Amino acid sequence: MSRFTAALAAEWRKLTSTALWWVLALGMAAYLAFVGAAMAFSLTVAPEGQAPPLGGLDAALTVYGVLNAVGYVFPLVVGTLLVTTEVRHKTLTQTLLAEPRRGVVLGAKLVLAAGIGLLYGVAGVVGLVAAGAPVLSAVGDGAFLGDPQVVRALLLGVLVTGLWAVLGTGFGAVVPHQVAAVVAILAFTQFVEPIARLALGAVDGLSVVSAYLPGAAADAVVGASLVSQMGDVDLLPAWAGALVLLGYAAALTFAGRLTTFARDVV
Amino acid sequence: MEAPALEVVGLGKSFGSVRAVDDLSFRVEPGRVTGFLGPNGSGKTTTLRMLLGLVRPSDGRALVGGHAYAEHPVPGALVGAALEATGFHPGRTGAAHLAAYAPQVGVGRERCREVLEQVGLTAAADRKVGGYSLGMRQHLGLATALLADPPALVLDEPANGLDPEGIVWLRGFLRHLAAQGRTVLVSSHVLGEVQHTVDDVVVIARGSLVHASSLSELAATAGARTYVETPTPERLAELCAERGWTCAPTGAGHEVPDVPAAEVGAAAYAAGLELHQLATRGADLEDVFLRLTGAAA
Ligand SMILES: Nc1ncnc2c1ncn2[C@@H]1O[C@H](COP(=O)(O)OP(=O)(O)OP(=O)(O)O)[C@@H](O)[C@H]1O
Ligand SMILES: [Mg+2]
Repeated sequence: MSRFTAALAAEWRKLTSTALWWVLALGMAAYLAFVGAAMAFSLTVAPEGQAPPLGGLDAALTVYGVLNAVGYVFPLVVGTLLVTTEVRHKTLTQTLLAEPRRGVVLGAKLVLAAGIGLLYGVAGVVGLVAAGAPVLSAVGDGAFLGDPQVVRALLLGVLVTGLWAVLGTGFGAVVPHQVAAVVAILAFTQFVEPIARLALGAVDGLSVVSAYLPGAAADAVVGASLVSQMGDVDLLPAWAGALVLLGYAAALTFAGRLTTFARDVV
Repeated sequence: MEAPALEVVGLGKSFGSVRAVDDLSFRVEPGRVTGFLGPNGSGKTTTLRMLLGLVRPSDGRALVGGHAYAEHPVPGALVGAALEATGFHPGRTGAAHLAAYAPQVGVGRERCREVLEQVGLTAAADRKVGGYSLGMRQHLGLATALLADPPALVLDEPANGLDPEGIVWLRGFLRHLAAQGRTVLVSSHVLGEVQHTVDDVVVIARGSLVHASSLSELAATAGARTYVETPTPERLAELCAERGWTCAPTGAGHEVPDVPAAEVGAAAYAAGLELHQLATRGADLEDVFLRLTGAAA
């Protein structure tokens, strides 16, 4: 086994030997099931005599689009935890005794984050489809699960969930304090970014900037979101959105390598 | 694998304005147990962390077998280490903790069970570490250090939190490992704790070396004392005052430091002093240790 694969195996065993990772994955599936069903109802059910807000494929795409729009906190948090639990429980000492090359440790964490993020994406899709599709087909115009646009949206949703997890690991390397990192993530994703996107979108010339915010970049990959439909913003092309997310992940990881992963471990 | 010597050369470390380790040099040989001694805050843990690549030295070098720890192809298999304040995830079982580090030192789960048995944790192997006692954690740390069956061991205060039975077991175990030719470095802030275990001692105080030798050489620097019991202690006190000896009450008798038993006996005989006991007492290493580490203050 090479040093890198050994480090990756160690990271995998560390993550899967405590309960948190599957608790979070279950939480993500359940949360998306709830939001998916609620969304499907609200889009397809209308008061007597009025047309439902959305119908057909549009309704289906909007429901499946919440995978990224509301689900991204979970992969972000699990990505951060790969670093922050080690700092919190002081297991970083043992980790660095086993692999003193800190770049190898960080690299293994990023690769694991990508894999676990994709897994979370699948968990999210399962929850979303399990609860959203029956509602869409029973109350609305159909689940459209075989539609190529729907399949594409779901697959890209899984991909973007993987990217969020990688970004989370980079963030954890910059903010290794577990509570601070989770609070910062919640504050940024639930508050700062949505407000920034609306505000920037309202100002002429600045809406270009808002497309480069991480949430907007992720929306660009998937192609839809609640917030991007509310504000009148232009999204980047899907490939550029993915690159922007990777860029954030790379910049954060680099910063983390120079701070948390360069410091004395005492 | 050949056991590596451990060596620090002109090692120094500052944490801001705190000089934790200063111009420290010593060498730890294979096949012997070396005690790394110093009072609280004297820089033991910091030195060991520098040796293991966790803390970057401000000055000097710390080497394992002539190279920096991180430069070895599989460092975790060369040096097994258990450091103070190394954490365990409370939600992980003891067995899972070991299994997590097994791939990087190239061993399987079988070996994890083996070391757990060696340290007496078999029954607790599948319990979460959050429920372990202090001594059990100490044992798990030791098991982690032993995982790769390494030719060198670095243990930071391994006796902390162990019961007397555990301490006796640890003593024998460390002696056994050294007898196999391994390099064994154990730190402690109490000389008495390792006195029966170590061959060599390295004593530091305030980050600097104050003594490095074999244990027997250290013992030789402590003068022997003579223990005397007499029914007339006031006459013994007079005699000591006459001769310029110090005479300290201890237990049922008195101790006369730095004067051979023969000399005390002869003086008592000449003075007609009745003695019930006259014995040479070994050097009190703990006194020597206090004197050495206090001198740097
Ligand atoms: N991260 C740190 N930041 C600031 N000072 C530190 C740090 N780590 C250690 N020190 C200081 O360095 C000195 C040596 O500490 P160290 O932990 O090495 O001592 P020690 O010999 O292991 O003590 P003990 O017997 O209590 O374990 C102390 O003065 C300590 O306060
Ligand atoms: Mg210490």
